[in-house]
Amino acid sequence: MASQTLSVPAKPRFQFKPRFRKLLPYIGISALGLVILLLFLAPLGYMSLTAFKTIVQVRDPHSQWLPASPINFTYEGVEYPLLMVPTEDGVRELALVKPGREESDYVDPQNPDAGVFTVQGRWRTFDPVYDFNPTLDNFPTSWEQVNLGRLFRNTIFIATLGTIGTLLSSILVAYGFARFRVPGIGILFIILISTIILPRQVTLIPTYIFFRTIGWGGTWLPLIVPHFFANAYNVFLLRQYFRSIPRDLDEAATLDGATPWQVLWHVILPQSIPALIAVGLFHFFFAWNDFFEPLVYLQGREDLYTISIGMTQFNNIFNTQPGLAMAASMMAIALPLIMFFLAQRVFVQGIVVTGVEK
Amino acid sequence: MADTTQTMAAAPAKTKEGKPRNNLMRREIRWGLLFLSPWLVGFLIFTLLPTLASLAFSFTNYNPLHPDQISFAGLSNYQRLFTDPFFRQAIGVTLRFVAISVPFGIIIPLGLALLVNSEHLLGKNIYRALFFMPSMIPVVVNVMVWRGIMSTETGWLNRMLGVFSIQGPSWFQDERWVLPALTLMGVWGVGNAMIIMLAGLQNVPTELYDAAKVDGATGLQRFRHVTLPIISPIIFYQLVLALIGSFQYFTQAYIVSNGRGDPNGSTMFYNLYLYRTAFNFLDMGYGATLAWVMFVVVLLITIFLFRTQQRWVYYAGGE
Repeated sequence: MASQTLSVPAKPRFQFKPRFRKLLPYIGISALGLVILLLFLAPLGYMSLTAFKTIVQVRDPHSQWLPASPINFTYEGVEYPLLMVPTEDGVRELALVKPGREESDYVDPQNPDAGVFTVQGRWRTFDPVYDFNPTLDNFPTSWEQVNLGRLFRNTIFIATLGTIGTLLSSILVAYGFARFRVPGIGILFIILISTIILPRQVTLIPTYIFFRTIGWGGTWLPLIVPHFFANAYNVFLLRQYFRSIPRDLDEAATLDGATPWQVLWHVILPQSIPALIAVGLFHFFFAWNDFFEPLVYLQGREDLYTISIGMTQFNNIFNTQPGLAMAASMMAIALPLIMFFLAQRVFVQGIVVTGVEK
Repeated sequence: MADTTQTMAAAPAKTKEGKPRNNLMRREIRWGLLFLSPWLVGFLIFTLLPTLASLAFSFTNYNPLHPDQISFAGLSNYQRLFTDPFFRQAIGVTLRFVAISVPFGIIIPLGLALLVNSEHLLGKNIYRALFFMPSMIPVVVNVMVWRGIMSTETGWLNRMLGVFSIQGPSWFQDERWVLPALTLMGVWGVGNAMIIMLAGLQNVPTELYDAAKVDGATGLQRFRHVTLPIISPIIFYQLVLALIGSFQYFTQAYIVSNGRGDPNGSTMFYNLYLYRTAFNFLDMGYGATLAWVMFVVVLLITIFLFRTQQRWVYYAGGE
């Protein structure tokens, strides 16, 4: 991407000056953007590099960025460390055979037949030779330790059912708000919107007690069922979208004898696909991310844990094992990120935003 | 609410009586209520009743282990707020975090939105997607990655600071640095705010810029006198969201501090204290009190912001 952004203005660069001056802001802003972007993506870089490091490599000050290890050279059946040794012919990579205080014996891996020779200088001050040496072990290990397979299955199940529920119910309610003249509907809509600022902690304790009393404590039902009753954000988004569809179409259909169901199914929904995708994705991401409610409702039921609470359980192990933590993190974000890139226009091109300030 | 649905089912039979016009309107009302019913039922069961019940609980000493021993506690839960040192601490932590993080939560997404809206940036769409992307990353992963980056010995941040021979703090273990560390973590997830601000910037009419240019306004003046007033409603909206969000801040604090507010209570956010009270100490009566106090505070903040908005928020069309 870097080459793409910078190579475009580079062509007519030195033809003549006024043109170059016109290009200057492009180069300046694009370079600034690139620097900021790199800083912004650095955490992902850290994650993906650390995921391939062994615990030794994480702690090794010589392997700060890339997963690298010191190399050894086998000479006559014994392994010796390779060092960067300054000699008269410049710095050479030599294997340290017999360390000494002021001078040591080395062998040249390029030419082992030349045998052992002595070089002056304290070997402890020479840097060892490092080579790119990633490990894949972190992935299977963390997969098993956190039981990621089960966490994925649980989360996908909860997220999928919740997405279906929120789509079904929010479509119906948004259609009701967008198209029907019911007395008091304006007040109902204001009530709906004001539930957005109602902190969910206010309803939490009685809802928790309610779910426990009806025997839903320690099950997924509290995480799924409430989503079948619509939610203010989604209703708002869909209502705005439905209202932007001209009424002429549904009036024509109604005159032809279509019921409101048929109007919704054949007229409104086919024109609202982008908004439906947005709502569906939003809920999916919400469910993937949700922490508070699984924490409250699934306490003590490890077999039912979702990704977010399942991974924190291993927080303390991960503290001493960043490699494992980052490998698990990479696997946990793979699905959301793939979905995001497939549908990124939905997020970035503002369907989500329509109506925010209206 | 269940009977609303039942009348719906019976609707077609009834419509034969009455005047045709009236009939049509009544039909529309019934259909409308039918479509609204999932929310009406849900609002009643999952919002209205629990909100009232929560208020009722706040006057009791309810403990789920001994539900039969529930008794009326009068205003004692509310009196307790005044003498509870942890409550004061939680409010303090939350307000300090608001003071540190809210400015960043406004300025950085605005800056990014200006950047990705710039006509001079090549490959804008790629930038928009990539700046937005981290906000899609689950919070748990976000916290783990940043813990790694800010790790004292092996993290990149302190190594980078070390290049400039600055001794980096031990972020999450140091009570003075843990809130800035959480703020930095939050900055990574500003993608959503950036997109909303970007939409605002794209709504600024170009004629206004052209007029300002003709009048000889510099870039900075155009930003100050054209861009800012027009996007001020969005900044206002973000401000309201950020303040409400701070009182509900939970996941990051919980993970960073293992649910205990470590180090030394410096991450005992309001919502974390509420969670501990209700679900660790099972003191649900007091937990409900804390929840209602949060609700009232959030409501007051929102009302206050809406009251002051005439002074600094500009609405085109004078609405």
